[in-house]
Amino acid sequence: MAIEKHHTPMLDQLETGPWPSFISGIKRLRDQHPEERINSMTNDLLGQLEHSYETRKGYWKGGTVSVFGYGGGIIPRFSEVGTAFPKSKEFHTLRVQPPAGNHYSTKMLRQLADSWEKHGSGLVTFHGQTGNIMFIGADTPATQHFFDEINEYGWDLGGAGPCVRTAMSCVGAARCEMSCTNELKSHRALVNNFTDDVHRPALPYKFKFKVSGCPNDCQNAIERSDFAVLGTWRDDMKVDQDEIKKYVKTKGRQYIIDNVITRCPTNALSLNDDDSIEVNNRDCVRCMHCLNVMPKALHPGDDKGVTILIGGKRTLKIGDLMGTVLVPFKKLETEEDYESMVELAETIIDFWAENGLEHERCGEMIERIGLANFLDGIGVEADPNMLSHPRQSSYVRLDGWDDAAEQWFERQAEQQAAAG
Amino acid sequence: MAAKDMREPIESGCPDPWQYMHPAMRKNFGQWKYHEHPRPGVLRHVAYSGDEIWTVKAGTQRILDVFSLRKLCDIGDEFADGFVHFTLRSNIEYMVTDETRVQPLINALEEAGFVVGGTQNTVAMISHTQGWLHCDIPGTDASGVVKSMMDELIDEFKNANMPNRVHITTSCCQINCGGQGDIAINIQHTKPPKINHDLVANVCERPSVVARCPVAAIRPAMVNGKPSLEVDERKCICCGACYPPCPPMQINDAEHSKLAIWVGGNHSNARGKPTFQKLVAAGIPNNPPRWPEATAIVKRILKAYKEGARDWERVNEWIERIGWPRFFEEVELPFTKYHIDTWRGARASFNSSSYIRF
Ligand code: HEM
Ligand code: SF4
Ligand code: SF4
Ligand code: SF4
Ligand code: SF4
Repeated sequence: MAIEKHHTPMLDQLETGPWPSFISGIKRLRDQHPEERINSMTNDLLGQLEHSYETRKGYWKGGTVSVFGYGGGIIPRFSEVGTAFPKSKEFHTLRVQPPAGNHYSTKMLRQLADSWEKHGSGLVTFHGQTGNIMFIGADTPATQHFFDEINEYGWDLGGAGPCVRTAMSCVGAARCEMSCTNELKSHRALVNNFTDDVHRPALPYKFKFKVSGCPNDCQNAIERSDFAVLGTWRDDMKVDQDEIKKYVKTKGRQYIIDNVITRCPTNALSLNDDDSIEVNNRDCVRCMHCLNVMPKALHPGDDKGVTILIGGKRTLKIGDLMGTVLVPFKKLETEEDYESMVELAETIIDFWAENGLEHERCGEMIERIGLANFLDGIGVEADPNMLSHPRQSSYVRLDGWDDAAEQWFERQAEQQAAAG
Repeated sequence: MAAKDMREPIESGCPDPWQYMHPAMRKNFGQWKYHEHPRPGVLRHVAYSGDEIWTVKAGTQRILDVFSLRKLCDIGDEFADGFVHFTLRSNIEYMVTDETRVQPLINALEEAGFVVGGTQNTVAMISHTQGWLHCDIPGTDASGVVKSMMDELIDEFKNANMPNRVHITTSCCQINCGGQGDIAINIQHTKPPKINHDLVANVCERPSVVARCPVAAIRPAMVNGKPSLEVDERKCICCGACYPPCPPMQINDAEHSKLAIWVGGNHSNARGKPTFQKLVAAGIPNNPPRWPEATAIVKRILKAYKEGARDWERVNEWIERIGWPRFFEEVELPFTKYHIDTWRGARASFNSSSYIRF
């Protein structure tokens, strides 16, 4: 049966120009796909989208759709103009968790494409900003069929709603010389420990893990995750002075001074007369700049680990929040190291689940109750690395000061003994 | 579905990527020494073992149809041993261990209509959200804005001649799922939601709607003898957060939703702590299908940045050096009282020094 194609004069204009056009892709599904179901579904999708372009309004509303056994993972979409565009009136998205680090074999991609074509619209995105593979466009029964099929061969839904969300990790150790940790292992250890919380939304709001292998933070973990893991190191950075000299020779002294030495945020670098450099490692804050400029000459040190920051998020509801340093440095080598990181995440999520208000992110709760109370709640000691600077306001009760001071000295002594 | 057909899910969570990782990456995992940038769109990584990988990066239409996805797979099979990697900004990357395959791979991608680039000092692919194609509160269509803008910025994607990388994002409402960017194009609803009081009692979970409002502008009310909600319109900041739990609070508005442009979001720690983006332009018409007004401003900002910034300076660092007054001058944008923050912590953004550039 030939379908009656909607006219799409506005969308057609998005087929001009050199960048690949998603409209042409949707039209291919409408015009060239062998299956009538997909032709008519994408035709009506184009019809509704054109209608949005004409009227400058969106016409989707949410609802409740989930697969058997789960409470979330699907973004339900029902059309408000379904009478005019009936074939796409249910157009749900399935959020599917990608492999850590977003690695794929084409074989696996083809298998996913086959299943999606069998049950869904044929439109898919790698990946949404939360990190999921987004399979866009299935009616309600199809969500179950598609999920059953891909679940059998290794894929699981991600989170939607007030739950632990899909995590993300950078390519890191797989292909990046800056990597200071095993991103994939942290990613999977963290998110897979909370599988139940991913699938059954029962938290105050969303909770996101993101892992970056170094402070370049390619995954945007500090700004956009509730629990950010960033690789770093604490011994001296490695310097290959011969390579430095080569950089100076090819780029010139002036360039190295202007682009490396004076750009160090803590003035930890100087260029010697013989074109070698000197790094004051105690002042270096591992910002990554000099390593980025001279990747052949400068490398992270050997004593690698991670910094953990808590409570990053975007605008709603109290404004943007960056993550706050909670653990300045943590070794991640043994299985116990990973387990203790996961335990920390459990403690935080439990505390937040108990004390967070509805629709309140972890970072917002910390802002409301105060960092000190949060630290008490999760049993982590205060550390000067958690702050840009100590308190400014004099309005505070200090009658517990002496005890706290004593504890500080005790902890210092313990740490020294342990390091001893 | 009949109960007998129901199957228990296998809660396998996040898959192990090891099985899908290119063998050269598996072999040299954690053992990379340095990388170079032989040309835009191509990276060369060298491992301590002496192994090398060339990565070819390509931009796509992001919302992929299965034909395009299979085409990308065909290219991967032919040139890259059947493995691919996706980046945070939805680019696809192919890894090859034999340099002679690089150019044929680039040719194959370009012949198929994909765009090779996006590495190092380029304008990277714009990360974006759902828009009219899928979200329920979108003021605009993120995919369309991005397609139109990338058509205009394609040379900056293909040629790495910006002072540093430029990350652009779009979001179809102020909730800003698209994220922080050196330049962010976000839609802003500018009028409070219109309430269809007849429907509120049936479909809204009223306490959760009230809780969701960031400025406590929503109150329970009786309207026409039915329980409903009312909005204190002087307080409302038109964020749209009330719509998802209460669709009768319609925020989508054809006329009054406008694009706004923000700059200076930078998530790296390099040279300075991460920064959030700041508002520079608003009231830009939401003008489908190609949004020329927004693109024109973005191009102006990029031009000024390219001319004015030093090597390695990101947009935020460049502005910090030249100062905001000169930024507004250079990009020919008006400065208004609306640029002054009114949210929590606003005072921290006021200048309490005599640091002024003349
Ligand atoms: C109507 C409801 C909403 C819809 C349909 C929606 C849709 C989306 C989608 C499709 C994504 C990308 C998802 C993925 O990667 O799988 C996303 C990400 C995101 N959403 Fe929403 N969103 C909604 C409401 C909100 C709200 C209320 C917030 C409030 C803060 C929010 C904040 C975010 C953020 C910050 C991201 C990006 C997350 C990241 O980068 O980790 N969204 N949203
Ligand atoms: S965050 Fe660091 S380790 Fe990860 S990909 Fe970026 S530069 Fe490499
Ligand atoms: S990493 Fe950053 S802080 Fe450390 S020496 Fe290099 S430029 Fe300075
Ligand atoms: S930015 Fe707003 S409109 Fe766009 S996907 Fe996110 S919530 Fe929806
Ligand atoms: S649009 Fe935002 S500020 Fe206005 S009433 Fe709704 S939730 Fe409150």
